[in-house]
Amino acid sequence: MIYREAGHFKSSYAADQAIFPIVQDRVFLGLVAVVAFVAVPLAANEYWLQAILIPFLIYALAAIGLNLLTGYAGQLSLGTGGFMAVGAYAAFKLTTAFPWLNMLVVFVLAGLVAAGVGLLFGIPSLRIKGFYLAVATLAAQFFLIWLFNKVGWFVNYAPSGTATAPPRTMLGVMVTGPQATASARYLMALGMVVLFALVAKNLVRGRVGRSWMAMRDRDIAAEIIGIRPLQTKLLAFAISSFYCGVAGAELLFLYLGSVETLAFDINLSFLVLFMVIIGGLGSVLGSFLGAAFIVLVPIFLTNAPHWLGLAMRTDTQKHLELMIFGGLIVFFLIVEPRGLARLWQVTKEKLRLWPFPH
Amino acid sequence: MAEVLWGIFVGPFKDIAGSPTFFVEVLIGGVAAGLMYSLVALGFVLIFKASGVFNFAQGVMVLFAALTLVGLLERGVPVPVALGLTALVMIALAFGIERVVLRPLVNQPAIILFMATIGLNFFLEGFGEMVWGSNVKRLDIGIPDESFKVAGVLVNKLELTAALTAAVLVAILAVFFQRTRIGRALRAVADDHEAALSIGIPLKTIWVVVWSVAGIVAIVAGVMWGAKSGVQFSLSLVALKALPVLILGGFESVPGAIVGGLIIGVGEKVGEVYWGPLVGGAIENWFAYVLALAFLLVRPQGLFGEKIIERV
Repeated sequence: MIYREAGHFKSSYAADQAIFPIVQDRVFLGLVAVVAFVAVPLAANEYWLQAILIPFLIYALAAIGLNLLTGYAGQLSLGTGGFMAVGAYAAFKLTTAFPWLNMLVVFVLAGLVAAGVGLLFGIPSLRIKGFYLAVATLAAQFFLIWLFNKVGWFVNYAPSGTATAPPRTMLGVMVTGPQATASARYLMALGMVVLFALVAKNLVRGRVGRSWMAMRDRDIAAEIIGIRPLQTKLLAFAISSFYCGVAGAELLFLYLGSVETLAFDINLSFLVLFMVIIGGLGSVLGSFLGAAFIVLVPIFLTNAPHWLGLAMRTDTQKHLELMIFGGLIVFFLIVEPRGLARLWQVTKEKLRLWPFPH
Repeated sequence: MAEVLWGIFVGPFKDIAGSPTFFVEVLIGGVAAGLMYSLVALGFVLIFKASGVFNFAQGVMVLFAALTLVGLLERGVPVPVALGLTALVMIALAFGIERVVLRPLVNQPAIILFMATIGLNFFLEGFGEMVWGSNVKRLDIGIPDESFKVAGVLVNKLELTAALTAAVLVAILAVFFQRTRIGRALRAVADDHEAALSIGIPLKTIWVVVWSVAGIVAIVAGVMWGAKSGVQFSLSLVALKALPVLILGGFESVPGAIVGGLIIGVGEKVGEVYWGPLVGGAIENWFAYVLALAFLLVRPQGLFGEKIIERV
C-alpha cells in the first residue's frame, strides 16, 4: 500500500528513468549512505573495520565484477583471482614508479590494465562456452599467478617476493601503508564501491547490459537480432576484469597492506564465484549480499564455539568450519538457487501489499 | 634475441637428439603422469556423461578414498579388507550425495549443480580430515617406488603398476558400458534424460551407480597418487590438473580422458625438462591449461567430444 510503484507521478523523462523509482527506496538508501559514510567510521572500532567491513566492501566490488560477466553476460569465469592479481600488481608498479600520482587514478589505471588482460583471456569465449570456457579461464588464473611469482620486476625485485603498499595520501589523509587508519581506508573503499556499483547498475539497465543478457539467454538468437557477439562478449570480459582489477588493487592497498601471489590463488576465484551465486546471479544487490554472507560466515563459525563456551582443538574447528561452510552452500543452493537477492524480491512483493494483504 | 630463438627452436631438439635414452625416460615419466591424470579425469567423465553434472568434488573424492584407506590400514586392517571397506564407504557416499545433494537439485541449471559440488568439495575435505587427521600419511600397498632398467632405460615400478592398473580399469569400464544392462542404461541416460525416463530407466538408481563407479575410480586414483606422493591435502589439487585433460579429450568421452591425459602428461614433462629452464622453470603449473586453451581455439569440443549443432 505504502511501498509501491503506482501513484508516483513522473513529470519528466529523467524521473521516469531514475534508478530507484520508489520514494521509500531512495529514502532507505539515503539513510544507508548516511550510516555508512558518517556513523560507521565514527562508531566502529578497528576490529570491525579491518576484519569485516573493509574486506566486505572489496569483495563486493569483485563480486559485482564477476556478476557482470557471469550473471549478466553468462560467461562462467574461474580466473577472477588472476585478474585481481593483475590489478594489484599493476597498481603497485604504477604507484612506485610515479609516487605523485593520485591513488584514485592509480586504481583506475590498474583496473584498465586488468581490463586489457581480461580482454586477452576473453578471446576464447568467442569459440567456446559453458564449462569449457570455465576451464579455459583457469589458464588465466594459473598462468598469471605463475608470472607474478617468477618475474621479480613485478615486486621491484623485493627479496621477500611480496608487494608492500607504500604510504600514499588522498586529500591530505593517509589512505595506504602502515600509518593509514582503518577508517580512512574504509572510507576510500566505500567511496569506490558506491561509485562503481552505481556505474554497474546503470550499465546493466542500458544498452550494454541488455545486449549482455540477450547473449546470455540465447546467443544465436541475440546474434540474429543484431548484437555482435565479438564486441559484446569481449566488452563483458574487459569491464568485469576492470572491476576485479580495482578490487585486487584495493585488496593490496586498503586491506592486506602487503601480498604474495598466494593471496590471489584459485581459492579467491572460487570465493568470489560463491559470493555471486549465493548472492544471486544477475543482481548488483546480490553481489553485496553474497559478499556479506561469505565474509560473515567464517567469522561467525570461528567465534561460535567461543560464545557457546565450547573448547575445541583448532584443527578440529578448522575442519568443522569447512564442513559447515560446504554444507551451508549446498543448503542455500537447494533452498534458494536464485540467491539472496531473490529473498529481497520476495520481501518487496510482500511489502507492496502490506499492511492490507487482501 | 638469437639466443632465445635458439633456446626455443634449436637447443631442446639438439638435447633430444644428443641423449635419446634420457628423452625416452622423460617420455615414460610423462606417460605415467598422464595416466594418473587420466584416472582422475575418468571419474569426471563418468559423472558428466550420465548426469550432466560437472563434479568438482572428484579430486576430494580421491583424497577422501585415500584417507579412508590409509586410516583403515593404520588400524591394522589387512589390505584386501581395507580396499573392500573403502569401496563400501564410497558407495555409501554415492547414496548420500544422490539423496542429499542431487535429488533436491534436479532440473536446476548446470552452474547450480556445479556450485553444489564445490560445496560438497569443502564438506568432504573437512569431513575426511576431521575423521582421519590432516597430517601427511604414507600409503604403502606393497609396490616399491624403485626403478629398474629395460634396454638401458630407467622404468619406475610404481609408475608401471599405475599404468597397468589404469589400462585394466579402462578395459573393465569399456566392457561395463558396452556389454552390461546397466551400462546400456547409463548410455541411454547420458543421451537423453527424458527419453531414458520414459522407457522406464530409473534415473535415481543410475545416478547412484554412476557416483559409486566414480567413487571406485577415485579409490584407484587415490591409491596410485597416494603411493607416489603420500596422502595429503594436495592430492585434491590433482583434480584441477584433470580439467585441462578433460577439455582436451572432450567432456563426454572415456577414450578422450585417456588420450587427453597422455598428451598433457607427456607435453608437460617434455616442456618442463626441455623448455622450462628458458622461462625459469615450474611451467608445469600452467602448461596444461595453456595447451588445452590453444587446442580449444582450433577444436572447441575437444578431441572426442560431441559436436553440438545449435538451433534457435
